Amino acid sequence: MFDTLARNFDQIFILLRDWLVSFLPAGMRPVAGIVLSVATIVALFPGLFALTTIFERKGLGRIQNRIGPNRVGPFGLLQPVADGIKSLTKEDIVPVSANAAIHFLAPLVLVVAVFMGFAVLPMGRNMVLVDMDCALLFYFAMGASTELAVFMAGWSSRNKYSLLGAMRAVAQMISYEVVLLLSSVAVVMITGSLSLTKIVAAQDQYTGIFPHWYIFTPWGLAGFVMYAIAATAETNRSPFDLPEGESELVAGYHTEYSGFKFALFFLGEYLAMFSISGLGSTLFLGGWSAPFSFLQWVPSWIWFFSKLMLSIFVFIWMRGTLPRLRQDQLMNFAWKFVLPFTIFNLMVTALWRFMGEGWLRWVVCSALLAAAYGIMARVSMRREHFEPRSYRYAE
Amino acid sequence: MTPLTAHLLVAALLFAIGLAGALTRRNAILVLIGIELMLNAANLNFIAFWRYSPHPEALTGMMFAIFSIAVAAAEAAVGLGLVIAIHRQLHTTDLDHMNRMKG
Amino acid sequence: MSPVFYLVAALTLGGALTAVVLKNTVHCALALTAAFAGLALLFLGLDAQFAGFAQILVYIGAVAILVVFAILLTRGSETPQGSVYSRYSISGLVAAAAVFAVLGWAVLQSAHMLPNEQAVPMADVHDIGVALMGRYVLPLEILAVLLTAATIGAVIVALHEKEDAK
Repeated sequence: MFDTLARNFDQIFILLRDWLVSFLPAGMRPVAGIVLSVATIVALFPGLFALTTIFERKGLGRIQNRIGPNRVGPFGLLQPVADGIKSLTKEDIVPVSANAAIHFLAPLVLVVAVFMGFAVLPMGRNMVLVDMDCALLFYFAMGASTELAVFMAGWSSRNKYSLLGAMRAVAQMISYEVVLLLSSVAVVMITGSLSLTKIVAAQDQYTGIFPHWYIFTPWGLAGFVMYAIAATAETNRSPFDLPEGESELVAGYHTEYSGFKFALFFLGEYLAMFSISGLGSTLFLGGWSAPFSFLQWVPSWIWFFSKLMLSIFVFIWMRGTLPRLRQDQLMNFAWKFVLPFTIFNLMVTALWRFMGEGWLRWVVCSALLAAAYGIMARVSMRREHFEPRSYRYAE
Repeated sequence: MTPLTAHLLVAALLFAIGLAGALTRRNAILVLIGIELMLNAANLNFIAFWRYSPHPEALTGMMFAIFSIAVAAAEAAVGLGLVIAIHRQLHTTDLDHMNRMKG
Repeated sequence: MSPVFYLVAALTLGGALTAVVLKNTVHCALALTAAFAGLALLFLGLDAQFAGFAQILVYIGAVAILVVFAILLTRGSETPQGSVYSRYSISGLVAAAAVFAVLGWAVLQSAHMLPNEQAVPMADVHDIGVALMGRYVLPLEILAVLLTAATIGAVIVALHEKEDAK
């Protein structure tokens, strides 16, 4: 009896949708079901975005030894409402020499492309909007479309700094896109399918109490770290946020946007963060599966969103802690370390796959990856050795 | 008009537009854009025939289109590299001015 | 033919036409992106999902950005003085119209002979993978060599030569 209760709670959103849709005639039911699911996603993730803005500002504040916003509402929790009202009522300034049509379309293209990515994420057991055979390919195709929106925003503003920020952002995004794809290919190789539901189902198994998440394998850990680096760079988050760094380039490619359009860019960035974290937890952290076999009674969507929020917390933590990378440092890092290491990881994954079960493959693969890291990261990326600084003070 | 005929006509029109672009524009990059359109039209043709043909060999059309996409990307990269190199020498991308080997 | 097909075909053809007609090169590149998107939708309508998503990933995600970068690196974003059409544009248009006339005539003449199989061909990603590693492994490897050669070639061609101090 407890079992059916747990299962019903797990599937509660599916049951709710089916119940609501049953009021309609049979012909309209599939369409109505899809519309309801889409409306839920479109309402839920911007709501989560509002929550994350306050989470981020308070979190960054605490990391920087200050309290974040605390005026609006209890503990500043109504700050997103104030931000929302501000951005909706601000004057929409479009520069005279700007390309009006493209200037208008850029935030729209960005937000649409980012929203499309949510269609394939499995947010719980049976809770995917579209269960496609090549879901991962679809996700990366939508991710590739966001780069063009960034360029459109930067170029149409007719502003040197916007264009510079946009070019930097596009160069960074295309470099790290390759890394993102290659680190996911390792997961695809082991699972044998591009379908995200199959990838989660392959990780939803337990030996003893421990799950078969890919992050607990040597290649999965290396792949996850590379994926996390690439995800931070793809969404232009610190420490890779030179294109939009507030102290560097005014606001980069969204300098000339005000009011609602700026809010759309902000929304697009955070939604991209959510969807890439969702994909990362699907690929490496087991998606909606529970971390221990005795915790499977907790609903699957709670696990998915917990992993999502954990990833967001790590993003915020990195933003508050690490210094920003310079553009040439970040491109160097991408092409000279992350990409070769990811390709090597792919080969180690292949070795893992063909070595057969047993302790030997754990030892061999871990040793290979540790050696590769030692060589590629420590030896070849070493800088010149500087003498300790000497200071000369004015008399 | 069957779906196949409609797709083939769209592909033919796309090819003609690409050809017109490649033949009439002055800027070298627009010629490359025209070439990309022509390649895409051919891809559409392949996929349309693949979809509506009887299928003893189920994947040939799709495979051809995928390889064609990859080759077109490579060719665009090399072509645009050439245009950038020429611009560095002649400081123009106007094809009517690239006539050094004339006469 | 469903209205969706007409809309998507209009998007594709409109994008392509705009791409070859406009004066500002960057606008042409963005119209080209719209044409690519329309084509990807046409592929999806033809049940070729892998080709459709590969089209978006490669063409919109890479080729369009390449074109845009090339335009910006060759100062193509300034509006050109004089005409954007070459001296021989009329003959080019005539040639293109002739090509379309021949192709269109060929398609319409043979319309009754063309196949019209309604069953969707089986082409899931697993089959494509097996085919790529089985029957088409040689073209795949040659493509890998081609892409490597193209990458190296493009880098060398566009490389900044250091000026030798004479």
